[in-house]
Amino acid sequence: MIRALVLSLALILPGAALAVKPDEILDDPVLEERARDISTGLRCLVCRNESIDESNAELARDLRLLVRERLVEGDTDEEVIEFVVDRYGEYVLLNPPARGSTLILWLAGPAILLVGLGLAASYVRRRHHATAPDEDALSDAEAMRLAEIMKD
Amino acid sequence: MIVELGHFALILAFMVAIFQMIVPMIGAARGQAGWMAVASPAATAQFALTAVSFGALTYAFVTSDFSLSLVVNNSHTLKPMIYKITGVWGNHEGSLLLWVLILTLFGAMAAWFGGNLPPTLRARVLAVQSSVAVAFFAFILFTSNPFLRMEIPPFNGQDLNPLLQDPGLAFHPPFLYLGYVGLSMAFSFAVAALIEGRVDAAWGRWVRPWTLAAWVFLTIGIGLGSWWAYYELGWGGFWFWDPVENASFMPWLISAALLHSAIVVEKREALKSWTILLAILAFGFSLIGTFIVRSGVLTSVHAFANDPERGVYILAILTIFMGGALLLFAFRAGIMEAKGVFSTVSRESALVVNNLLLAVSCFVVFIGTIWPLIADMFFGRTLSVGPPFFNAAFTPFVIGLAVALPIGAMLPWKRGRIGRAMKPLVGAAVLAIAATLLSYAMFTGSSAIGPLAIGLSVWLVAGAAVDLWSRTGRGEIGNRLGRLTRLPRADWGKAVAHAGFGITLFGIAALTTYQIEDIRVAQEGQPYQVGAYEVELVEVRRVEGPNYFSTMATISVTDHGRLLDLLYPERRIYPVAGMPTTEAGINNGFTRDVYVVIGDPQDNGGWAVRTYIKPFANWIWGGAIIMALGGFLSLSDRRYRVAAGAAKARVPSGGVPAE
Repeated sequence: MIRALVLSLALILPGAALAVKPDEILDDPVLEERARDISTGLRCLVCRNESIDESNAELARDLRLLVRERLVEGDTDEEVIEFVVDRYGEYVLLNPPARGSTLILWLAGPAILLVGLGLAASYVRRRHHATAPDEDALSDAEAMRLAEIMKD
Repeated sequence: MIVELGHFALILAFMVAIFQMIVPMIGAARGQAGWMAVASPAATAQFALTAVSFGALTYAFVTSDFSLSLVVNNSHTLKPMIYKITGVWGNHEGSLLLWVLILTLFGAMAAWFGGNLPPTLRARVLAVQSSVAVAFFAFILFTSNPFLRMEIPPFNGQDLNPLLQDPGLAFHPPFLYLGYVGLSMAFSFAVAALIEGRVDAAWGRWVRPWTLAAWVFLTIGIGLGSWWAYYELGWGGFWFWDPVENASFMPWLISAALLHSAIVVEKREALKSWTILLAILAFGFSLIGTFIVRSGVLTSVHAFANDPERGVYILAILTIFMGGALLLFAFRAGIMEAKGVFSTVSRESALVVNNLLLAVSCFVVFIGTIWPLIADMFFGRTLSVGPPFFNAAFTPFVIGLAVALPIGAMLPWKRGRIGRAMKPLVGAAVLAIAATLLSYAMFTGSSAIGPLAIGLSVWLVAGAAVDLWSRTGRGEIGNRLGRLTRLPRADWGKAVAHAGFGITLFGIAALTTYQIEDIRVAQEGQPYQVGAYEVELVEVRRVEGPNYFSTMATISVTDHGRLLDLLYPERRIYPVAGMPTTEAGINNGFTRDVYVVIGDPQDNGGWAVRTYIKPFANWIWGGAIIMALGGFLSLSDRRYRVAAGAAKARVPSGGVPAE
């Protein structure tokens, strides 16, 4: 009895299997390639951090079919993405476009790298021109202790 | 009864931790040897009590004590024994208990092996370490008590999340925690040194092994997680830039920077305040990682138990420890003057470049991870930051590091010349360019980054070999080979770890560039061609496991008429947890994996089947293992053992012996 229940339960539950299903694939390999490319950049809205290309959710499948439909109708990649963003908002984009406040995100890394380069360069220059300070910063006992520890 | 003992031991450990946080610190400030000396036995007691507590919880899981609500929610009598044990940390409360167990273990190890530390430094390190423990004991006892009983115990449990019932993931958290918490030692040493007001070469030598060990454990932990994702999630991805993955990757990057800058402190007494800052930040990122995972503030595949209230508590811990340490740093960093003088072209400068690239790349990962939060809070935009951003923003740093590494490794300390360092590397450079061209010729895709990365990986591995060889000096090959075996283990560790980085890079580049994918409806008994292999769906059966039901396919892979392997991909249903999982069928090979996944039955017969040929997939994790091995080699270097030995030979001069 329990086993029968469990088996029927197993049949009802969604399968955690393939993302892109065989029946979705377009006949034209070039279009299909473009569809896959677009899909990896679109977020599955009901999943946690998965693209629609990877997701098994029903909604992701609908979106994949939608992307393919638009491509077959002759849309460019940009038009397809715009179409999806118009309906679902920019949340759907896994690659946030560098526009408006998102510019900060894209420029933060290079900016910090430049600042860091400047700081590092000035530090290295200072070390280059510095003279070694007196070694008597350590007391004799400390120096002996240090020598003992550092002795290989 | 045993459960209550565990709870009681945990409370006692909390008390001991409070004592150990305060008394040695006052003792060190007043120079009272007795007050300082209590730190060591207290650290041992704290560890022993936490171990008893952890043991009690494990006992409850092993015996399926369903009067405990944690066991009910995460276990089941039918679950295999190994997963009953790993289930202890497969949940929020238990994983935090593991966290403090490791934290107190490191504290106790600092007490046991810290005999050569100056007494005041040792007392302060143990007190700071204990203050971290106090925060986490309080967190567990007041918000996440694992020892809560049920009023009416049920007959059976609700089972562990089936994704966690897997060897790769079962041992992924302990290693990650060893890494996260290992960085608490670097933090404690940094804060103690700031209070003490001095950082010298000896300090660098004490801090480095802890950091190195933490980094090795992080490497293994991240590798295990990535390997698990590869075979378990069903499409063979190995890294997703998921917030939780980033949470473990950021401390890894910072600790990699820290263990390099600690070398400069140790050998050259420069970069002191920077190293202290890194030590503070490394643990800060560990806490941020814990916060991200535990709070669920950034939703992710991994967040198996999250709760905003607990998140706020961890955020408070983070703020207090980071705020306090950074404030202390701001006041005291000025007194740490650098001693070593070095030229613009030198090993020191190369390590500055290494630190710059690692630290900024960590920052890039950090800002990408929290950007959705910032955009929502400050700009009112709901957006996602996914793999395309991270790939674009992070890859340049990897390229920069890979280009610079072999040259920097060859530069001498103090003063060097690029030309002279490059001379022995000419062969490696030629080899690398040849590899780039060769892979470019075989390449049909749209991006040239793959062949470039392959060339760089050859450059790294060959560069590591040249580095090692150049250490043997001049003379006949026989003599040099002899000297090769007598090189310090630190030299071997360095070369091995750098080569491991190259091998991981190679695996990633080859896999992402040359993967073959095939998705189709396969009919039983009708073979088809994928790449160089002939694949055939032989049969599909229903199979019953100990706590799951499975749809298991038999798929044969034939290579030019010779049967290569029979693969058994599965789709499992765990009825108690109500969750399906995918088990891929993988034929592992040195140069490629054949990876098959079984999907849904189709309406008009046949099954959906996905087949991948994944070139050099295993090299990704092989490289991680080699990196970890390099870390262990370096950790076993003579100078650490000698330093430990020197302590025993020493007659205590200043303070009173601790034990």
